Amino acid sequence: MLYFSKLRVFSVLIFTLIISYFTISNFTKVDDEFFSKNIKLGLDLQGGSYLLLEIDNEPVITQRLQSKVLEFKKFFKDKDIKVRNFVIEDKSIVFDVENSKIEEVKSLLDDDKSEINPYFQQYKSHQFNIENMDTSFKLEFSDYGLVLLKNSSLDQAIEIVRRRVDEVGTNEPNILKRGNDRILVELPGLDDPGRIKSLLGKTANLTFQFISSSSEESFGTEKLSFEDGSSEAIVSKRIVLSGDNLMDAKPTMNNQTNETVVSFTLDRVGAKKFGKATSNGVGKRLAIVLDGKIISAPEVREPIIGGNGQISGNFTFQSATDLALLLRSGALPAPLNIIEERTVGPDLGKDSINAGIMSLIIGFILVVAFMFYKYRFFGLIANLALISNLFLLVGILTLFEATLTLPGIAGIILTVGMAVDANVLIFERIKEELKNENNSIVAFDSGYTKSRTTILDANITTLIAAVILFFMGSGPIKGFSITLGVGILTTLFSVYFIARLITAYYVIKNKHKEKLI
Amino acid sequence: MKTIYFNKFYKSFNILSGILIIASLVFLVFKGLNFGVDFKGGTLIELRTDKSSANITKIRDSFNQMNLGDVSVKNFGNETDFVVKFEKQNSNDPQFIEEIKTKLSNSIGTVDFRRVENVGPKVSAELLRSGVIAIALSLAAMLLYIWIRFEWQFSLGAILALFHDVIITLGVFSVFSLEINLSIVAAVLTIVGYSMNDTVVIFDRVRENLRKYADVKIFELTNISINETLSRTIITSVTTLLALLSIFIFGGEILKGFSLAMILGVIFGTYSSIYIANPVLISLKVSQRTIVKEEKE
Repeated sequence: MLYFSKLRVFSVLIFTLIISYFTISNFTKVDDEFFSKNIKLGLDLQGGSYLLLEIDNEPVITQRLQSKVLEFKKFFKDKDIKVRNFVIEDKSIVFDVENSKIEEVKSLLDDDKSEINPYFQQYKSHQFNIENMDTSFKLEFSDYGLVLLKNSSLDQAIEIVRRRVDEVGTNEPNILKRGNDRILVELPGLDDPGRIKSLLGKTANLTFQFISSSSEESFGTEKLSFEDGSSEAIVSKRIVLSGDNLMDAKPTMNNQTNETVVSFTLDRVGAKKFGKATSNGVGKRLAIVLDGKIISAPEVREPIIGGNGQISGNFTFQSATDLALLLRSGALPAPLNIIEERTVGPDLGKDSINAGIMSLIIGFILVVAFMFYKYRFFGLIANLALISNLFLLVGILTLFEATLTLPGIAGIILTVGMAVDANVLIFERIKEELKNENNSIVAFDSGYTKSRTTILDANITTLIAAVILFFMGSGPIKGFSITLGVGILTTLFSVYFIARLITAYYVIKNKHKEKLI
Repeated sequence: MKTIYFNKFYKSFNILSGILIIASLVFLVFKGLNFGVDFKGGTLIELRTDKSSANITKIRDSFNQMNLGDVSVKNFGNETDFVVKFEKQNSNDPQFIEEIKTKLSNSIGTVDFRRVENVGPKVSAELLRSGVIAIALSLAAMLLYIWIRFEWQFSLGAILALFHDVIITLGVFSVFSLEINLSIVAAVLTIVGYSMNDTVVIFDRVRENLRKYADVKIFELTNISINETLSRTIITSVTTLLALLSIFIFGGEILKGFSLAMILGVIFGTYSSIYIANPVLISLKVSQRTIVKEEKE
């Protein structure tokens, strides 16, 4: 155990130096992306906001079922099959089929190549599960049908969330999927998430609908209230135009009224639709509806043909900017609920860093002093191993751009305290071996050999705990498990390669000395 | 070093541990744990006030007027820092926190919200579940590991020691109503790792000594093994405790609970390696034959 080849000494040295370099790179500035890596600070240390959003998929499911009903109606009409009594109830579609066509409908729905109820080969499942009782059919989303639906609405939502967050222009936001209906948004440096929250909390479904003059509208009518809660209006259900046709929106000043408004530009299809509708609707009031609330309902004085328009509605400059932003980024497929929020102010983060570093330094000094007091020269060796351990640990965290959190710093300090254990086990064993063995080289060698399984056992148990924490923990706790886990690996390296190397040199040089340790 | 007769006190300390475990369980069942926002849901605000104006009563009064459910206010480190916790959680209203801040400023003067945590009921239930799973999983993983590495008698001893440490540590948290949050789960898992580590070191020695001494009874043998590894046990506990004390004293308020749990865990872990794990070997009548039989297979 005491023999080291030249090559090995060399590689240990090079490895340690390279990794240690990255530790130092945290404190220096180099103009190279690879060589100027910095450890990433968690939100709890640099300050910032963490938001966990959950999609409320209920409306999406209903919406999909509604559009599916239309598809079914068309599909069966084309096939000359009479179906009646379409209803959506309890998240499923129910309909009746004429007696003679039951089998045909069954096979149309159940076929692997079904056009209307797609079969997903990879999941071995149709989009819908079918229940058949006499002439009645009941279709319900299968598990995979639901998963696919959720995934697609999550994909859409995350895109919209990203656009909205980017538009606000925060510093390096981090937006990630969580499961199949959640989105994690991390906003470093943001200590007041109020504005982002209000932007993400809006679906931003924009529609233009005429205020109904007569109650006999062919599309039906609905009663909507105004945004400011002042009054209500009966609005035709026919949607003249929706936000999908919007190309751009920005806050501007209306020169005539001196009011802040949001002006928008429509795409070609939208401009055409809008032009036609406003030509027919001169004199009527057109309600601008956002998420079921009327922002304003100006009278159409002349046809709007160019595809440009304005939305007025008692805006401040800020609220006009936000509305324009929402309209530009598009509507969310479903409402998002904020189910978890954690915000740390920048000065608390700074305080935490200072406290963390302070306790690291003090903990380190205490441990180093104690080891020196207990083992003298060998204490120095253990301490050298400890220092290189720290450099390796921080270096590896930097190299892999791991996120350092406050519990992560605690993990480093804890590593300092526990890392000496391996060297202590070895030194104590050597002491025992020296009692019955005169040749100190043999004693040192067997001290290392005999303590090895114990050291491995002891470290593997802590490593198990760290790995479980890594997979089960979230945020700051994950940071702790990373430093704890990496700390164990660097501890073993520093004990077996660095401390052992120095011990070997020392023992071989001083093999005739009495009382080596 | 002089031999210390740990084995003389096995019985008395086992009784003590038994009492502590029962007491802990009684507290855990009847008083329960003081779950923080992470596990109970609700809102936590850490705030800093202008030096002069505020005290706990004043802050509590102004929060009580806001209809936020149960409000708890505690001093947090500094005399100008406070932590306020309440049941109501309304992160969907973007103005929720802002309004509280305005109302509070009106009644007690300038405040700075240093930290806000807002956890919905669904998330807190999930966090609690995954915390429990993590702890259960780590115990199971330890059991499996030790079962592969040692004879079953040893595994049982080590696991009993682990349960002992975890239950008593949680018991202390219950008695003093200390807050259980995510970092405490991390601490408990680390305690599990540490306690196991400590037990394994002694058990390795017991097993080695079973091979070495053919005619020493397990009762004596555990004592020899404990003594042989004693200075390591002490040194490692001391260095670990030094590091933890440093976190506890200088690491700021947020890490207080975490480091306290770890300190307790290290103390109980060291104690249980000696006084729980070893007596189990004796009551399971581990002998030289246990090892030999295993090796023949």
